[in-house]
Amino acid sequence: MAGDNVWVLGAHMTKFGRHDDKDVLDLASIAALGALADGGVTIQDMDVIGAGSLFNASAGIGQQIQKQIGQTGIPVFNVANACATGATAVRTVYLSIKAGEAQMGLAVGVEQMGKMGLLGMGAGGAAKKEFTPSGRDGRVMPVEGHLGTFTMPGVFAQAGMQYLYENDDVDVEHFYKISAKNHEHSVLNPLSQYQKRFSVDEIKAAPMISWPNTMPMCSPNTDGAAAVVLVSEERLRSLPKEVQRRAVKIVASVLATDPWVESGAALPDVNTCTRNAAKQAYEMAGVDPQDLDLVELHDCFATAELLHYDNLGLCERGGAGKFLDERGPYRDGKIPVNVSGGLESKGHPIAATGVAGLFEITTHLRGEAGDRQIEGAKVGLTHVIGLGSTCGIHILEKSAL
Amino acid sequence: MAAQVPLVSYLVLDDAGPHLSAHACTACGALSLERRNACPKCGSADGFVDTRLADTGVVTSFTIVQRAAPGVKAPFVSATVALDGGGAVTANIVDTEPDPEHVALGMKVTLTTFVVGTDDNGTEAVAFGYAPAA
Repeated sequence: MAGDNVWVLGAHMTKFGRHDDKDVLDLASIAALGALADGGVTIQDMDVIGAGSLFNASAGIGQQIQKQIGQTGIPVFNVANACATGATAVRTVYLSIKAGEAQMGLAVGVEQMGKMGLLGMGAGGAAKKEFTPSGRDGRVMPVEGHLGTFTMPGVFAQAGMQYLYENDDVDVEHFYKISAKNHEHSVLNPLSQYQKRFSVDEIKAAPMISWPNTMPMCSPNTDGAAAVVLVSEERLRSLPKEVQRRAVKIVASVLATDPWVESGAALPDVNTCTRNAAKQAYEMAGVDPQDLDLVELHDCFATAELLHYDNLGLCERGGAGKFLDERGPYRDGKIPVNVSGGLESKGHPIAATGVAGLFEITTHLRGEAGDRQIEGAKVGLTHVIGLGSTCGIHILEKSAL
Repeated sequence: MAAQVPLVSYLVLDDAGPHLSAHACTACGALSLERRNACPKCGSADGFVDTRLADTGVVTSFTIVQRAAPGVKAPFVSATVALDGGGAVTANIVDTEPDPEHVALGMKVTLTTFVVGTDDNGTEAVAFGYAPAA
């Protein structure tokens, strides 16, 4: 591909959780200023900002952030792409550098969700006084609960169950195991919203949300922000050696949407876009899935994680259950998955999630992940899904300049 | 009998009995339940023909919703059904207990309809769901 290589120069995230004493701009500013300081640069060095906050999608969040950290007149791209918003913000900055229009840029994702309850529930409540068809499906009243569910725990439960329908040697027990694994991982991550171990039995016995997803199998609503500073290789060469040494190379950056499949009329397809994005990313990076030292993937629900072992090629086709049974995705396994605790424990502040994935991988490749460090990590992949659907994948590599 | 309207336009209530109807792309045959401006599969804008879908199919995934949106009764079973002869749809599984002992992947199901609301004119909204095949 044309254009200079792009590196992560700085990365920062707030602790994920409840931040009732801060507003969305406080959180974004902490992440942005943290990433700038981490890279040894200032807002004056930035040529572009990519910003996302899904629940503030029309609010010009990037310009609002500038008013907290520096209005230098540079272009801002405010992006919204469901749960792939953060990855989209990163990729916007990446593309600006690739295009040669920017040497350095800041990507920020932030969300303040408090206790929003179920997402995707649509309008519930009373029927209209007079039935009149509206919308693309000509509905005369809200359909949630009458024609299945579009609540997120339900949609992703169905996505997981579809995998069980299509493959052998895998059952609902695997979903419980995934949740136990991620909560076990979270204990080592001080930035995680929850840092509590759950046994498989405790997970099964927890309050049921949307079978088979019980409460600990669902990502919570979360406040948090994450930011990264990206830099062109040319500009990186002009920076001090100690700054260069901590920089991490982005060897693949991909966004893909879902191509048409017949089952898409019934259930959003999160599989094909992930498979297509992964194939592109591995080609771009020149790496094989088996080369990956760690993966942060989109476990918005335990039922979702299983699919992506397969979609990302971490296992043989149809072999997600076996991969888990052989402890492949555990900290001490072949390809550790979600050592941050995953969205189920770490939390899922929608637009921050994709950027936080880059923070996590960068931190491991730098050898700065403390207790949760994957020793000797050289290559890592981060993946997000925005329902509807978008897949964002970035592969990072510890590399000499 | 009260006047009835379908909950969604792809449910047809006529003398042929309640059934689902999809828009089939005249170029490639891809089925859409919702109104489309052009085909989501091939991009053709040549138009669509209404095509009756089968009343029977197979459950390809399901969930049992316990924590529902406000105003929505729980528990209920939401499932995706692959219809015999083509087409896929999301609906509730009805006429059986909403638990994993009574609903299964690969289960054969048959279309059924039921009233889900009445407006101020007394008109009833009719939804469809699937019951375990006899």
